Amino acid sequence: MEIERHEYDVVVIGAGGAGLRAAIEARQQGKRTAIVCKSLFGKAHTVMAEGGAAAAMGNVNSKDNWMVHFRDTMRGGKFLNNWRMAELHAKEAPDRVWELEAWGALFDRTKDGKISQRNFGGHEYPRLAHVGDRTGLELIRTLQQRVVALQQEDEKLHGDAEAYIKVFQECTVTRLLKDMSPAHGPGGAIAGAFGYWRENGKLILFDAPAIVLATGGIGKSYVVTSNSWEYTGDGHALALLAGAKLINMEFIQFHPTGMVWPPSVRGILVTESVRGDGGVLKNSEGKRFMFDYVPEVFKAQYATTEEEGDRWYTDQANNRRPPELLPRDEVARAINSEVKAGRGSPQGGVYLDVSTRLPAAEIIRRLPSMHHQFKELADVDITKEAMQVGPTCHYVMGGVEVDADTAAASVPGLFAAGEVSGGMHGSNRLGGNSLSDLLVFGRRAGAGAASYVNALAGRPKISDEAVTDAKAEALAPLQRSGENPYEVHHELQRTMNELVGIIRKEEEVSEALESVEKLKERAQGVGAAGSRIYNPGWHLALDLRNMLLVSECVAKAALLRQESRGGHTRDDFPGMSPEWRTKILLCELTPDGSEVIVQEQVQPPMRDDLIQLFDRDELKKYITEKELADFDALAKE
Amino acid sequence: MSYKAKFRVWRGEGGEGKLEDFTVEVNEGEVVLDIIHRLQATQVPDLAVRWNCKAGKCGSCSMEINGRPKLGCMTRMSTFTEDETVTVTPMRTFPVIKDLVTDVSFNYKKAREIPSFTPPAEVKPGEFRMQQIDVERSQEFRKCIECFMCNNVCHVIRDHEENKSNFAGPRFLMRIAELDMHPYDVADRKDSAQEEHGLGFCNITKCCTEVCPEHIKITDNALIPMKERVVDRRYDPLVWLGNKIFKRSSSNS
Repeated sequence: MEIERHEYDVVVIGAGGAGLRAAIEARQQGKRTAIVCKSLFGKAHTVMAEGGAAAAMGNVNSKDNWMVHFRDTMRGGKFLNNWRMAELHAKEAPDRVWELEAWGALFDRTKDGKISQRNFGGHEYPRLAHVGDRTGLELIRTLQQRVVALQQEDEKLHGDAEAYIKVFQECTVTRLLKDMSPAHGPGGAIAGAFGYWRENGKLILFDAPAIVLATGGIGKSYVVTSNSWEYTGDGHALALLAGAKLINMEFIQFHPTGMVWPPSVRGILVTESVRGDGGVLKNSEGKRFMFDYVPEVFKAQYATTEEEGDRWYTDQANNRRPPELLPRDEVARAINSEVKAGRGSPQGGVYLDVSTRLPAAEIIRRLPSMHHQFKELADVDITKEAMQVGPTCHYVMGGVEVDADTAAASVPGLFAAGEVSGGMHGSNRLGGNSLSDLLVFGRRAGAGAASYVNALAGRPKISDEAVTDAKAEALAPLQRSGENPYEVHHELQRTMNELVGIIRKEEEVSEALESVEKLKERAQGVGAAGSRIYNPGWHLALDLRNMLLVSECVAKAALLRQESRGGHTRDDFPGMSPEWRTKILLCELTPDGSEVIVQEQVQPPMRDDLIQLFDRDELKKYITEKELADFDALAKE
Repeated sequence: MSYKAKFRVWRGEGGEGKLEDFTVEVNEGEVVLDIIHRLQATQVPDLAVRWNCKAGKCGSCSMEINGRPKLGCMTRMSTFTEDETVTVTPMRTFPVIKDLVTDVSFNYKKAREIPSFTPPAEVKPGEFRMQQIDVERSQEFRKCIECFMCNNVCHVIRDHEENKSNFAGPRFLMRIAELDMHPYDVADRKDSAQEEHGLGFCNITKCCTEVCPEHIKITDNALIPMKERVVDRRYDPLVWLGNKIFKRSSSNS
């Protein structure tokens, strides 16, 4: 059977914010670029982002700048972040947002006509550029339309709209292929990618020296998640299988506010903007319980009384923010504790109330999609009554280990940006830092890939054996009449949700690992009935490999890290340990690909000028005695 | 709370197919897409359906439910009686690939035919200044999730294949209106709306507005105002005279 074959300079896998921004950059730098995505163009999970894109433009509060944003990001990540990424992100986010405006985005405005910015958890000043509560849609549509604009340019110049940038939609990549000849170094270099068209099941091969992974996250390994079906950890797994390394995989963000009822929508996101715009969390006794959960490290920045918290919405200079706006990990754990203590709502969440805080018309103006979502899916009018909410698996901080400046992974020719990359957000991501991350590092990945291609002496070649193997792997489930893949998937989701969820302990995580091992064997035997034409059973059978690999990484790293920090809470090690802060856990596959191994790696110390942006009093809550001594020595210089 | 519902679902590929009957469990609070997923997981693993966010935000799961274009994820089962047979078919205006999945490439082709946002060359990123009231009109149209149900339901192309080449459909006529109302767009879009994209085909029956899951007033706020702009340009005697005398470069008429 003939395999459809294409030649490109850069292949971007994923068409969310990071993928599109990477592709636009590669094309603008003159590279022939393919965008390969599992869904239709414009449907990627970025559309679900609601709150906004964090960028220190200072439009609403002129005291904001990149240094404040950098500090907030590091705090939010509990100082585990790759500080160089956090620095680049804070510095470049404003330019990336302004650029969208020049491409046609229409953000909400301030009175003086600039881009409006809203408050969000963990951000000291109003910082999120937004469009109501549908910012992700605006971002993806703008980037999609930018791609179309470039295609129109190419149509005029070359008579072919797809000459320099082409979208391969509803197409899944199952393997990255490498050239292993010695000329490309000991581990080989990226030579292309192999996949299939979802529509007709035909196979497709890309010859390309540079691949940008922008595949998003891993939420579909959990039952309760805000993530869509696409989030099966494809990029994470493709990177591992190609010999790259993943970091920080134990850190998973459970967004504090997902819908809890009705069952079919459990996990769907309720935007943090509800709290940013004044919404409060209450337990079944009507108490604003978040005041009881302000951790030691944040005591100085948060209000201690409801009165002060309420005053903050109108006067931020003289009051501290309400604790409902603590970073997400803190709020999610607090809700979890309230429910466990028997103070939850009837359907097992807590109450999120904006109805008594803002006039109905204002709620509909500021939170239109939340109003719509609750009305249509739960018969709840959020202008009249409280919502019931609870934690939902939302975001993976962990991902491909990359170079901060170029987004390059350890495998030559491989790049990663957005949720699939690791480091930027440390142990916990602040709301609003995702959309800006996509733009900043999407662009850097596109540029990194372009300059890598420019510097190449010769194009790496795909071997026939690699194609034969990839083909056999992709078609195998169709040739088996084994177990239904949906059953294996459901069991994996239950396992991860119950045993490696928001609160973890050694016995449970070990039990999860045993289950994952058994599920790996079962996945080898799953079969897919039916033809190759748009066959979701077959697609799921192939996605299982990725979800299982990623789950193994999460569980193994979670077992090793004996502390609680950000998106990793160990019941048996409740404290945050300064020693552990200096260590990063690195996941890679054994050479035969059968098992994930996890190793400790030392986190490089923060650059002098960056660490000096913090107060000693704050640092001492996070860093070791030795690091503190170094900091003091620095201060004396 | 649970009951067994009767479903009738279109199944087929390659231009052939038929309605197949199923009996399937329904639980409280579920939507039609949940039931399609249950069919996949328990009875027909290769049943094809497009979906993504399952929260009415991505516009992937457009289908026709009892003959009406709907998002599967936003159609609650409680809107049907328990003994009612729910019939689910693919969107009719686009060719069926398999089961409920249609070939929507028409829409992507049309998207590429609309000239992109054209700001004045001298305005640099970061220098845009716009008032909220001036962006709100276009913002309404940018709520579009591209479910393509407006194009699916539009009678100009629903039963008239021959019109497809000359008609952008409500979705992309609205895109033209969105750009025309953008405070910084300087492209002239009025003549091409009429001559190339088929605005004149629209006879404002408002079917598109009725099916829009985002409740965008496509006809009243986008198409009719766009028609008025075109009319002002083409039929206003003063504008006509001005064009004759001064040869406005922005207009071809």
